[in-house]
Amino acid sequence: MRLNRPSLHTRSGSQLEESYGPDSLTARGIETGELSTGEPGEFPFTRGIDPAGYRDKPWIIGQYAGFGSPAEANARLRALLAQGQTGFSVALDLPTQMGLDSDHPLSIGEVGKIGVAIDTVDDLDALFEGIDLASIRQIRTTANAIGPIWLALVTVMAERRGIAPNDIAMLVQNDILKEYFARGTYFLPPRAAVGLVVDTIEYCAENYPNWTPLAISGYHIREAGATAAQEIAFSFANGLTYCREAVARGLDIDSFAPSLFTFLSSGTDVLEEVAKFRAARTVWAESMAQLGAVDPRSQALSIFAFTAGSSLTAQQPMNNIARVTGAALSAVLGGCQTLHTAAYDEALGTPTASSAELALRIQQLILHEFGVAGTVDPLGGSWAVESLTADLRSQIFEQLEKVEAEGGAIECVESGWFSQQISDQAFWDIQAVDAGERVVVGVNSYMDSLSDFKIKAFRGDPQAEQQQRERLAEVRRTRASSDVLSALEEVRSAASEGLNVVPAIIVAVRAQASVGEICDVLREVHGTYRSPTMI
Amino acid sequence: MSNSVEKERTIRVLIAKPGLDGHDRGAKVVARALRDAGVEVIYGGLHQTPEQIANSAVQEDVHLVGLSILSGAHMTLIPRILEVLASLGADDILVFGGGIIPDEDVAELLASGVGAIFTPGANLTEIVEWVFANAPASR
Repeated sequence: MRLNRPSLHTRSGSQLEESYGPDSLTARGIETGELSTGEPGEFPFTRGIDPAGYRDKPWIIGQYAGFGSPAEANARLRALLAQGQTGFSVALDLPTQMGLDSDHPLSIGEVGKIGVAIDTVDDLDALFEGIDLASIRQIRTTANAIGPIWLALVTVMAERRGIAPNDIAMLVQNDILKEYFARGTYFLPPRAAVGLVVDTIEYCAENYPNWTPLAISGYHIREAGATAAQEIAFSFANGLTYCREAVARGLDIDSFAPSLFTFLSSGTDVLEEVAKFRAARTVWAESMAQLGAVDPRSQALSIFAFTAGSSLTAQQPMNNIARVTGAALSAVLGGCQTLHTAAYDEALGTPTASSAELALRIQQLILHEFGVAGTVDPLGGSWAVESLTADLRSQIFEQLEKVEAEGGAIECVESGWFSQQISDQAFWDIQAVDAGERVVVGVNSYMDSLSDFKIKAFRGDPQAEQQQRERLAEVRRTRASSDVLSALEEVRSAASEGLNVVPAIIVAVRAQASVGEICDVLREVHGTYRSPTMI
Repeated sequence: MSNSVEKERTIRVLIAKPGLDGHDRGAKVVARALRDAGVEVIYGGLHQTPEQIANSAVQEDVHLVGLSILSGAHMTLIPRILEVLASLGADDILVFGGGIIPDEDVAELLASGVGAIFTPGANLTEIVEWVFANAPASR
């Protein structure tokens, strides 16, 4: 055990040099001009996508929240907005994300856990009741397998309120490929599911240009065990797959790429994480240029950073406040556009109202008191950070080449290659912790604590699941079932004929068809799928 | 993986993910650590119902079932698995678990017959040693 001495490696295992200097930049081709970081707001956007950074536009404080019934989740969202949150992420419960209704046998015990249950558009109405949606800077959801259905739900909810869907700044995560190896909410075979992702992108490009129809997600890949370079490379391989499919359908890349986000983990290893965000923007800019994007906004990738859940410990949980602060600093110094900060009690259960408030305050403290937001890319030009950025850029391209050599992202999902790479890393990582090679404060060192900290676990309403089933039953009783049936038949035809399914799904949602009913039609057309299991 | 317990027989363990939670990092590292320690491990993958898990535990003739749940559905799913195992006459199969599980729920699960609950930050060596020390004598 190397107590009292820092790690001489980055969290992903790259060796740190004793010190970095001008020679480090020459060795990496930066001083010689072979590798350019550009200016902030200019290609390749290493230094950020906006020349003014946060000076005019602070990052969006986009806390992730939602649990229980739509009414309970509505109360938590309103409380966070009243406390100064400027955007939010709607957490959906697992049945909703899996395209299962609340009364499905697999939903038992899961309804309203980890997120809110949405069965029909009536639930979305209740979730957003009394919230002025057009005034919120960004609304994100974890709709991945159900991307087009979420689009339809928001469309119909907006119609009912008499507002234009395009006036809502919606971000649909809509990244299915990582679900097969890092997050688990999938049900269709990968190739059919990629078709649905592209349907959503296509519909938004034509109708909702203000929406972000895809957030290319590395977060879950990192959380499942990947290194920083793998996080970016595997998620970008997935993202480039959707972009190529969209282009193959005849979409102009500049018609949808400007609004894209990446959704990344932000950890406590500050230097490596800052370098990662800078390198990720660089790699994306270069990849988009290669794909034929000429609009600079297509090459400039917006980042949604989410502090790393896997860095939080159940032991000495108050330490997590410091971890989240460090991780949030990584994201801000790395130039993210939206940030979620985790609550210190997340390794123990759903955050309470007070731990959720404290998480939000961390962002306000960084913005107003830490002195890191008033100038753009403040670590730019640091020999260490520039060297690590250049190293990560090369490592990301190496990993992208490996994915290509394995046959591309979809093949890597189907063969289990992605899954195996990540499982290996996860296993080595925990072995390093068990052996004391990687120090985790309060877990394998400094375990004696004077404070006997007991967390009062959050409890949702135990009746919420039953009430949600009753709400759904009530909708089924009162809607016009012939309209539902004919609308579902239209979804079936569109899916079978390979048409964009979004217009048919909007009609079905308008008829109050449930998420599960629509997904069952898709299952009948495309079949279901189980990912290869690699340990 | 060091392990002081003598291995005169092969222990069989089913590692399972009940419900819809897709976070299987923990389940997979535990499966791998047990396998490396000489345990025969069956990992059934995601999205299993309590009935499927109890049935495969009986069919695979395992000594223990390790359940991983991070979605908060543990107080519904784990008791249900114990119930189905009992109804199949297999209540000698020892169930243990892990995940994001609040302290008071841990106490209740242990009282209902679950052998152990490991929460985030648990040590792999500790889990492996617990399995060797607590594996039921025969099945």
